[in-house]
Parts: sequence; structure tokens; C-alpha cells
Amino acid sequence: MTAVVTEADPALVAAASVKRRPRRGGWLAVVPLLAFVALAFGLPAVAMLNGAFTVKDPATGATSYTTANMTASVQGAYLTAMLGSVKLSAVAAGLAAVLGLPLAQAVVTSRFPALREAVLTASGVLANFGGVPLAFAFVATLGNSGVLTRQLGLTDKGWDLYSFWGLVIVYLYFLIPLMVLTITPALDGLRVQWREAAQNNGATGLQYWLHVALPVLAPSLLGGLVLLFGSAFAAYATAAAMVGSSIPLVTLQIADAISGNVLVGQENVALALSLDMVLIAGLVMAVYLPLQRRSARWLA
Amino acid sequence: MAGLTPGRPATRRPALWRPLVLACAGLYFLVPLAASVIFTVDVPGEGVTFDAYSQILGTDGFVTSLLLSLELAAATIAVVLLLMVPAMVALRLGAPRLRPVVEVVCALPLVVPPIAFVAGLGTVLKWGPEHLSRTPLFQTFVAVQNPDFPIVLVLAYVVMALPFVHRALDAGLRAMDVRTLVEAARSCGANWPQALVRAVLPNLRGALLNSAFLTLALVLGEFTVAQLLGFRPFAVWIVNVSGSQAQLSVAVSVLSLLVTWAMLLALASFGGRTRTASASGG
Repeated sequence: MTAVVTEADPALVAAASVKRRPRRGGWLAVVPLLAFVALAFGLPAVAMLNGAFTVKDPATGATSYTTANMTASVQGAYLTAMLGSVKLSAVAAGLAAVLGLPLAQAVVTSRFPALREAVLTASGVLANFGGVPLAFAFVATLGNSGVLTRQLGLTDKGWDLYSFWGLVIVYLYFLIPLMVLTITPALDGLRVQWREAAQNNGATGLQYWLHVALPVLAPSLLGGLVLLFGSAFAAYATAAAMVGSSIPLVTLQIADAISGNVLVGQENVALALSLDMVLIAGLVMAVYLPLQRRSARWLA
Repeated sequence: MAGLTPGRPATRRPALWRPLVLACAGLYFLVPLAASVIFTVDVPGEGVTFDAYSQILGTDGFVTSLLLSLELAAATIAVVLLLMVPAMVALRLGAPRLRPVVEVVCALPLVVPPIAFVAGLGTVLKWGPEHLSRTPLFQTFVAVQNPDFPIVLVLAYVVMALPFVHRALDAGLRAMDVRTLVEAARSCGANWPQALVRAVLPNLRGALLNSAFLTLALVLGEFTVAQLLGFRPFAVWIVNVSGSQAQLSVAVSVLSLLVTWAMLLALASFGGRTRTASASGG
């Protein structure tokens, strides 16, 4: 992040010094925003950090600093939940990437601009569609008394929406559109000439994809993948409204611990789990941003 | 392309796979919606009935929870725009050094999942009764958690809306020359507030609407923070009612979906090619 500051500085400073007058009060307008974020976001963040590293002695009420919460957050049921979340997010994101790519390609190479517009607009809407209504739509479709479950007798065939794969199918509903939105600009950037050049050199369609298109798309694909992973990883409402806490997911564990559904005194472990989540999400962003920049090199 | 003989097989094959891919996608995305509607009108043993929809208005808690969500949304939109618009305009005009700072600050909520945010928020709220019960500050803690209008939710939603509002306003400001516009207005004798309100804001109309709609959709659908802090706006109410009245809760979901989608679609067509994408799933 600091690199961005130094990079942008000379030009911006020069631009600012040309017109001196507005500069004086400029930062004043930014102060309320920063103050607000410090209060509404910074305070909880500090509280989370502090809580993750403290324990309160139930007898004396004294608090002391420790890494016990962090250690507890990567053990036992919490570790299972964390791995469950990672596995669910990875599988859902991987599937969404694999399924979203052909859909995006179908739209990009389509001869009908109206189709393209419709799919992209719908994707924008669907990518924002998560949470409670999504869960209920799938409960009504594939749940125990859902329409498809009843019509096709899926329960007898071993179908269970409230399972790992059930959740994957539900998550795909907002992850695939997100993938389409993420990858479309990259697919747009593939030059027709590249394909023609490959064909003139005798390459088959498969060879073109393996040796030209996919390597060029790789950073965008990976970037999309981690973005989807982060999105699925942070999701809570869908799973909570659908399965309660029957599937081990870290978001559900945190919610349980906060609301005191499990053991008393686990609140700080919940904060440690939250910190784990933030670290993973931060890692995702740290992977995503450089990839984003890298993909711009070929596809600008 | 047409003149290349080797190109023909490659151009013919997509004619087959493209409709197939689109049909599969259409099926996957439309079936749950259709099934939800069928689920609400086709009650086993009763046949087709629209009771689920006609009951909605009369159901206990529907009006109050919806009103609460709408009030929260209005307050959130007002606060987020009041904070962001002056800041973003000022960044363009005279404080470019702060631009990366604001960019990072507005991207931070994306790195912190809502559930982690609410865990921290809940901890802060507990400080009130634990440490501050003898100070006047305690009254503030009580006031922000007033169940009739939980200000703490507005604070949380503003933070969560920051990334989207930032993106929307940034796109809007990029499309116009703020500096020239303000200088022109100033040369014509306008003072600063006049220049902002009469020259800059009308040009930002699209971006402002964009921000407002995205924030509205976010607040109406938000479940995590409200539920864990123990408040009962719309999304929490639907989940609570789903246990006893499955048909009704799906019916309300379908309606709220249609309203949200109509809003976002209107926004998409209004904003032309402006993307409404975000990573706010679930």
C-alpha cells in the first residue's frame, strides 16, 4: 500500500501545487470520514485484537494477556470448523470458476449484444444475491419438502440439501455470476488475432486454449478464484438460515460463541477465530491485488 | 475470420456448445425462483392458493420490521453520503495526498468479514455495562442500542457500505472534471457550498443514485450484524417467522427479491454500463 503512495506522489503534488487555494481546507472534508471509520470500525477492530489475546480469570475478574485463545482457535471443534469453511469455500469457488468460464465465454463470443447485456446485468444482480432469500429459495426448491424434492422423490435417492454438497450448490448461485463478472473483461481482452495466428500455424482449438488463452487468462482466473473464495468464506447468513449449525463452518462457530450458545467464556475464542478469519481474508486480498495488476499487463 | 479455411471448424463448434451452456445456466438460475413461487402457491392438500401472499401484511411483526429496515436504510444512506461526498470531492480538488489513505480505509471493510466485525462490535458494546456504568458515557451506550432505532446498526451499515459507495462515487467523479467545474462556478460568483450543491452534485446524480440503491439493497438484506446484536429488522424477522410459517417466509423472500432485483435492474439500465457487482454474497 505504501508503494502506491510514493508512486502517485510526485504527479499529484505537482498538480496540487499549481492551484494552491483549495488545498488548504481540502483535508478538512476528509476528517469526518476518517474520524467515523476510526470510531465505528477501528474501535471494534481494536476490541477484537485485544480480546483475542486476553483471558479473564472467572474467580478474580482480572484479565491477562495470553495466546491461549489463539491456540484454542486452531484446535478441536474450532479447527474442524475452520477446515470445513476452507474446504467448502475452495470447492465452491473452484466449481464456480470452472462453470463460470464457459458461461462468460459463451456470452463474450455471442453475436447478440442484447444477450450479453442481459447476462451481465443479471450477473450483477445475482452476485449481490446472498443471504436469507437465497437460502429460502433453495429450501423451497430442494429442501426436505421442496418442490423438486417432492416431484422427483429426491429424498429416497439420498439427496440432502442440508449437507456439504447442498451448501456448495446454493453458494454457486451467487459465485458463478461473480465469476462471470470478474472474468468477462479478461475474455474481452483476448485478441481475435491471437486465435487467428494460432490457427494459421496449424494449432487446434484445444492447443490454442492450452498454450495461448489460458496462460494469458491465468492471473485473472486465479484472481477471480481467490475473490470467490473470500466471498464464500465470509458468508454467514445463507448457511445460518439454511442449516443452523449442523455443518461445521467457522462463521457459524463464531456466531454460536458470541451468542453464548456453547460454553460461557468462549467469547474471546470467538474473537480469536474472527482474527483468524481476518488473517485469511487479508491473505486472499494480498494474493488478489497483485494478480489483478498483473492481468492488466496483457489485457489492457 | 470468414476467409480463413482452417477457421471454419472452430467457428462451427461454438454454435453447439453455446446454447447448451446458456440453457444449463438458465435452468440452474431460473428453477429455484420458479420453485419458490410454486412452493408458496401450491400447498400440499389444499391446492393452489394465494393465502401466503395475502397473509403477509397482517402477519405480526412484518410492518414494524420492514419499517425499521427502511428507516435504518434511510439513515445509513444519509450518513454515508454526507461523509463520503465531501471527502471524495475534496480529494479531487485539493487533498490528493490523502487519496490512497481513503482508498485503503474504504477497502478495509472488505477484508474483515461481517461476522468478525460484529464480534468486535459486540465486544465494544459490552464495555458499556462493564466499565462505564458510572459515567455519563453509559447513557450513550444505552442510546445507540435503543431497539426502536438501533443507531449502532447504522454505524455498522455505513462501514459495510463504504467500499461500494467509494467505488460508485469514484466512477462518477472520474467521468467529470470536478476542478474545472468548481472553478467555473466560483468564477461566476458562487461560494463553496453553492458550487458543490449546484454544480458538482447534479453531475454526480447517477453515482449518488447508484450508491443509494446499493446501500438500500445492503441494509434491506443484512442479517448477520442485526441478528447477532439482537435486533429485529426485516431479514431477521423472515428467518424468525420461517420456523412456524414456511410458506409465508418464502413468499416474503420472493417479494423482497423481486423488489431488490427490480431496483438493481432499474439501476443497471439507468446507469448504462455501470457495474453493480460486489462481493457481498451471504
